[in-house]
Amino acid sequence: MQATQRLDAVFAALADPTRRAIIARLASGQASVMQLAEPFAMSQPAISKHLKVLERAGLISRGREAQRRPRRLEAKRLEEADEWLERYRQLWEGNYQRLDALLDNLKERKSR
Amino acid sequence: MKREQLRITKSGDRELVMTRDFAAPRQLVYDAHTKPDLVRQWLGGLPGWTMPVCDMDVRVGGKYRWVWRNETEGAEMGMGGVYREVKAPERLVTTERFDEAWYPGESLNTLVLVEQGGRTTLTQTMRYESAAAREAVIKSGMKEGVTVSYDRLEDLLTATTTTR
Repeated sequence: MQATQRLDAVFAALADPTRRAIIARLASGQASVMQLAEPFAMSQPAISKHLKVLERAGLISRGREAQRRPRRLEAKRLEEADEWLERYRQLWEGNYQRLDALLDNLKERKSR
Repeated sequence: MKREQLRITKSGDRELVMTRDFAAPRQLVYDAHTKPDLVRQWLGGLPGWTMPVCDMDVRVGGKYRWVWRNETEGAEMGMGGVYREVKAPERLVTTERFDEAWYPGESLNTLVLVEQGGRTTLTQTMRYESAAAREAVIKSGMKEGVTVSYDRLEDLLTATTTTR
């Protein structure tokens, strides 16, 4: 999968509240499909559908333990998505550093 | 000069929140957000870019329009919106829409200024129309992002960070 397509899949997967809740649950440790379905008023097949979307996006993976096959979080994918916030922060950091300088000028002008 | 820390966090499933302190009374910070000749001096003033349009009719229902231009690249980026709430010197609520929008709808931006001991804490909340819109905004900032306007922004970003 191309990087762009992969990100499309990640963000499409994260645009759903149930799937974000599943991610949040897996952040505290791996869990079976049954355990993941527990907090939701949803059938196991419905949860499995969500899990498939997350899996295709590379956000989660399956363990090998026989029947249970616990799902776990692939943290690296999530980090890629969070990289943006850092870029956005840098852009505004630049704006606000200029604003700092401007405010200093205005304060000086006022006190003269 | 000691730089204040800028924090950006996600709030709920459709908001982004920025917080930053300034060593100045809030009237000055408010002026810097509402007077065009001051806005021009700091907002988006990245190397190589000018701000030929900075029209602001700061009153409830009034419009604002900002355009940035890069002569060497022949690139232009514009955005604008409407003032929904104007309460000097503490609160400003505006709508925001980019000309080349890469996410659905507009965002509702709320600026809140709180002063304490001559210092001002700025909180800017951007509320998007849906969770999907916020994710689209976030996605567009990625290096692999495809929208032209954001690619430009990103170049600028790199330029600012390397010249500092």
